[in-house]
Amino acid sequence: MSETTADKIPVTVLTGYLGAGKTTLLNRILSENHGKKYAVIVNEFGEIGIDNDLIIGADEEVFEMNNGCVCCTVRGDLVRILDGLMKRKGKFDAIIVETTGLADPAPVAQTFFVDEDVQANARLDAVVTVADAKWLSDRLKDAPEAKNQIAFADVIVLNKTDLVSKAELAEVEARIRGINPYAKLHRTERCQVQLSDVLERGAFDLDRILEIEPDFLEEGDDHDHHHDHDHRGHDHHHDHGHSHDGHGHGLKHYHDEDMQSLSLRSDKPLDPDKFMPWLQKLVAEEGQKILRSKGILSFTGDDDRYVFQGVHMMLEGNHQRKWKPDEKRESRLVFIGRELPEQLIRDGFEHCISA
Amino acid sequence: MSDFNPQGQESIVSVTDKVRPVAIGAPVGAVYFLGDRAAFVGAEENIVLVAAGGEKSEIAVHGGAILCSVSDGSRIITGGDDGKVAALDAKGETSVLATDAKHRWIDNVAVHPDGAIAWSAGKTAFVRAPKGEEKSFEVPSTVGGLAFAPKGMRLAMAHYNGVTLWFPNMAGSAQVLEWAGSHLGVTFSPDNKFLVTTMHEPALHGWRLADARHMRMTGYPGRVRSMSWSAGGKGLATSGADTVIVWPFASKDGPMGKEPGMLAPLQARVTAVACHPRQDILAAGYDNGTILMVRLTDGAEILVRRNGGEPVAALAWNAKGTTLAFAAQDGDAGLLDL
Repeated sequence: MSETTADKIPVTVLTGYLGAGKTTLLNRILSENHGKKYAVIVNEFGEIGIDNDLIIGADEEVFEMNNGCVCCTVRGDLVRILDGLMKRKGKFDAIIVETTGLADPAPVAQTFFVDEDVQANARLDAVVTVADAKWLSDRLKDAPEAKNQIAFADVIVLNKTDLVSKAELAEVEARIRGINPYAKLHRTERCQVQLSDVLERGAFDLDRILEIEPDFLEEGDDHDHHHDHDHRGHDHHHDHGHSHDGHGHGLKHYHDEDMQSLSLRSDKPLDPDKFMPWLQKLVAEEGQKILRSKGILSFTGDDDRYVFQGVHMMLEGNHQRKWKPDEKRESRLVFIGRELPEQLIRDGFEHCISA
Repeated sequence: MSDFNPQGQESIVSVTDKVRPVAIGAPVGAVYFLGDRAAFVGAEENIVLVAAGGEKSEIAVHGGAILCSVSDGSRIITGGDDGKVAALDAKGETSVLATDAKHRWIDNVAVHPDGAIAWSAGKTAFVRAPKGEEKSFEVPSTVGGLAFAPKGMRLAMAHYNGVTLWFPNMAGSAQVLEWAGSHLGVTFSPDNKFLVTTMHEPALHGWRLADARHMRMTGYPGRVRSMSWSAGGKGLATSGADTVIVWPFASKDGPMGKEPGMLAPLQARVTAVACHPRQDILAAGYDNGTILMVRLTDGAEILVRRNGGEPVAALAWNAKGTTLAFAAQDGDAGLLDL
């Protein structure tokens, strides 16, 4: 995935709990007059009432890799289907994979990390999660799958906002942000979202890991409960153990009991000989808890920005480009996961800062 | 062919000037011989028959991608993403053998020496006897590969965590050979003593059928996509490494405790192998476009196609072993008469 080649087919993963509106979004994508042709991998035939000869039924068959790593699960059916689809290269522009409402997005994403044929032909573009504004808060309490899907998302389409009050909307958004402050969030009715907001995101493209700032503020966002407020540098989305109205701007903050994000930063350079082994050991030992990780790093004696991303135990990273002269050489890391060992990660990271 | 001799390809015997080039004009997935004609199976829709004199005829067999194919020398059976199982015979006539009721992809096909055929869609494998009687069997996960045993009416179905062996004519006869992981291709040894699968991970797995004893064949840098039994079944040649890996199967223990042969090393990945039907010779194609003929006994090499161009996608010998057909992924193909 680190090679950004234009001829790799982008793959969008569409998740969301039962009834959130995945099929509505899919139908919108397929019926909009965008001049693009999508191959769609779905779980249930017949749900989509659209004539598209590139709709393929999948069985969500997950298997464990034989590498002794219990969380290295891969969607074998996707490997097979993508292989078959590549025989029709040129007949479609992009692929959308719709998962079942109960699916964990990790095996789909991991398929792109471990399968060399998949990597050669396709690239994971983004995980898009459709959430039901009315019921998500309940599902986050009783359905671990729903929480996984929110935690994993690059883009969250918060749908059915017309069915809730402003207060309820603020509540559900705060709960989402308690789990995943980094995903782009779009409030919709009947999944009325700009297609450019869900497609061609490049969320897994190392070259496009430019910003790993919390996404509290949306461009063009005119909801009156949001105010223009600079959150950068606050790091406040993980370090509180209770909900509160923070900073006096009306935004609620929740701490989710079992799914959190953790951000680390240092304006002192990192020692690559310490950092790399630490990161690898961390994901090897705690990878089951870490759903997603991302980082932009500044190493001692290195004029290049180093970027990495990971899904559970799988990591990929690369020297991205030279630091610009006017750019602040700061390392930033983000982990999203379940019961993250925060202090262990913080202490480990501190030890990687060059003396 | 070492680092110290970058012009290595120039120094070996070359028959590149004897190759008759064939331009298929579309991506090719497989090649077979039907009588005197080479049959290039396209990635989509068509099979192109090429006569000894070079005349080409293009025959439509599917309405989309051709996902799998197999041949017994008298016909080619194909499965498509149009949900159809089709056949092309030596006369160039096509027929639709089956259509999946739900138009699911036909992922695998197999043909039995007596004319029975098998195919799979999703988790279900189907067998149709020459008389037309059809039976089906469902395995726990999507069928990764199908193969008929060389003797008797027995079908191997590869899937997650193993292979199911089924006698379609005997109720309750299925036997499961277990091994964790995703099993894709499957092949019986010609003497019917061993079963070998290609796995999703870069490895083969094998079982001795008499006692289901495991044979682990690992060490590949890439997934094995092409396997070919040498004449007489003494060795199994495989792609997936930067040499042709040949596992010894001549003894009753198969390759257990033995080192495989490593032939024709290049600084490129082997993508296709085809053993000569009668002699200890094989053809190997690489991802840099090179094709070599290699003698199994001493590793002597002859250059058939220079490097450059797309990876080699398909290789096949005619039944007598007098002609080699090859195709690169983009349809740049050729025929070589020995």
